[in-house]
Amino acid sequence: MSTPLAFLARRAWVNLRTEVFVLPSRTIALVWAAALLLLPLLSDDAYLLRIVAMTCIFAVFAASWDLLAGYAGQVSFGHALFFGAGAYTAAVASLELGLSPWLGLVLAAAVASALGVGAGYLCLRLRGSYLSLATLAFPLITLGILFAFPEKSGGELGLSGLRSLFSSRVANYYLIAIVMLALVHGLWAIADSRFGLVLHAIRDDELAARASGINTPRYKLAAFAISACAAGIAGALYAHFMRGAGPSTLDVGLSFQAVIWGIFGGLATIYGPVVAVFVLYPLTEWLGSFTAFGEMRLLIFALIVLLVLLVMPRGFTPWIRDRIETTCPRCKGRVAAWRTICRVCNVPLHAPARAKAPSAGPVTNPGSPRASSRLQ
Amino acid sequence: MLQDILITGLVNGGVYALLAIGFSLIFGVARIVNVAHTAFYMLAAYCLYSLLSFAGMSMWLAALASVAAVTALSLICFRLFIEPVRQHESAVLIATIALGLIFQEVMLRSFGGHYLGIPNAVEGVVTFLGVSIPYQRLLILAIAATALAATWFVLHRTRLGLAIRATANDLEVANLMGMDVRRVAMATMAISVGLAAVAGVSVAPVFVVDPFMWLSPLVTVLAVVVLGGLGSLKGSLVGALVIGYVEAITVFLLPQGAFLKGAVALSIMVAVLLARPEGLYGVAFEEER
Repeated sequence: MSTPLAFLARRAWVNLRTEVFVLPSRTIALVWAAALLLLPLLSDDAYLLRIVAMTCIFAVFAASWDLLAGYAGQVSFGHALFFGAGAYTAAVASLELGLSPWLGLVLAAAVASALGVGAGYLCLRLRGSYLSLATLAFPLITLGILFAFPEKSGGELGLSGLRSLFSSRVANYYLIAIVMLALVHGLWAIADSRFGLVLHAIRDDELAARASGINTPRYKLAAFAISACAAGIAGALYAHFMRGAGPSTLDVGLSFQAVIWGIFGGLATIYGPVVAVFVLYPLTEWLGSFTAFGEMRLLIFALIVLLVLLVMPRGFTPWIRDRIETTCPRCKGRVAAWRTICRVCNVPLHAPARAKAPSAGPVTNPGSPRASSRLQ
Repeated sequence: MLQDILITGLVNGGVYALLAIGFSLIFGVARIVNVAHTAFYMLAAYCLYSLLSFAGMSMWLAALASVAAVTALSLICFRLFIEPVRQHESAVLIATIALGLIFQEVMLRSFGGHYLGIPNAVEGVVTFLGVSIPYQRLLILAIAATALAATWFVLHRTRLGLAIRATANDLEVANLMGMDVRRVAMATMAISVGLAAVAGVSVAPVFVVDPFMWLSPLVTVLAVVVLGGLGSLKGSLVGALVIGYVEAITVFLLPQGAFLKGAVALSIMVAVLLARPEGLYGVAFEEER
């Protein structure tokens, strides 16, 4: 009886040791996920749980923006549309239609995806800055309509009186944390699949992608739908967590927040924006808890972003990742920075590799500033 | 009613044109989507307010000084924060967002969030076709027309203008022909923010001055620029008038118009983009991938 269990445990341990602990970034990700799940056992502080739950919600939002903007290259300035649609749908489903909040969550995801397909359809022919600026318009148009019919939408005050999904604080926290981990992992898996590869191709050269037989409109619409779905779920969770949906969920500021998190964390990584939210959101909240800084929170936030960008223009997370990991020049595998030989192919990692094999051509590290600093 | 619409649309259209042409210029030359553009407009209004109430300058001198100060500030910001990350388009984008937020917060901390009033440069009204128009609005119109004419003159009749247009047309070839594209970008930034500052100074007495006054024109300016075509000056002018009139018509004719004016203007922009993805006068940069 105990043999298969012991076997499974040993295999899990071997996997963990050979696949996770060899790379610092994977170790960090594992520790982070474990810490999130263990946090309520260590501390029952309502404020702490609240901040972490909000961080989780915004992490989903930022990661969903990255799938659309970083991978597919559809740099949306109106991502709050999907967040707000999710929040308002959840609120309306619960308050007006009297549906179960779980059904409301599903409905919010569906409405947001539909809006994503709609917005994507309108934007199919637009490119670059035109697309950004046109998407900026969508949440504002929605906001104008909401304000024009205050008796249905609650106007400036929004809809309030929503119930939390669970009555217990810890259960709510677990729900949000687990949904976040699942959605972020899902987005990452999608981005890492063949689908994500096609999105990379569309971003880098849409014409070439089309010429290679890729149905680019279909892929772009799918990217819009998936990204909007995740953002809509985040919005619905937010509405239940804050017990209401207000115009701030459709704000330009929130759309720009997604852009800042995404670019600060590093585009086209999925984990980058999540890291950015987990660094920036608690940091600004913590700074805001000092009365001296309280009203300068946004100022400090903007200053940090500006100054960090001067040092790490490709984003915070890629910069850190390049410090703790390198790419093997021969097999292109990721290796911890302090190793001298590659963990996969045993080739020496540093200077000797180049000195011994001059005929191998220049070693180009795709992450090096030299390769990425070409003029656009 | 009709006269109201005509006059309001024209005055707002003029202000939007001032803002949009600057935005469009710097996008065309340096490919910078300068989100902080209207924040400079807000700064100019605050600068005018403080020069008037604390330094006790005369209106005209204060206005000139504000425009000069804000333009200088924009050049400093460009050198310090935008130039170092120019290679990374996305970094430039959030650098400008962050700059806008910083200006907003600094103004919020130093002046508070309440509305500030600035006296009109000229008092009195003129009655024209049965509508009474304050002189200040006529002055805005005159300033807008003069500034636009001056911009046109600089762009089409001077060597600097030639360099700006050449850089906007093709940055690499302009560079190969010996133009210092970096200095051209700086000059364009100065002209662009200068126009925004002129707009800020001239509308400050009419609109309310508060730290968030940059957000709503920002959206309108983006709509104008996209509607007219990014990088096209003629397009910006036409787009500004279209949006100015659409807003005026919405406000005067529709119930709840004040809430819907942004939505209607933006819907028109989206509609135009659907028919012509590069805007009314934009060039489709097919080769620019």
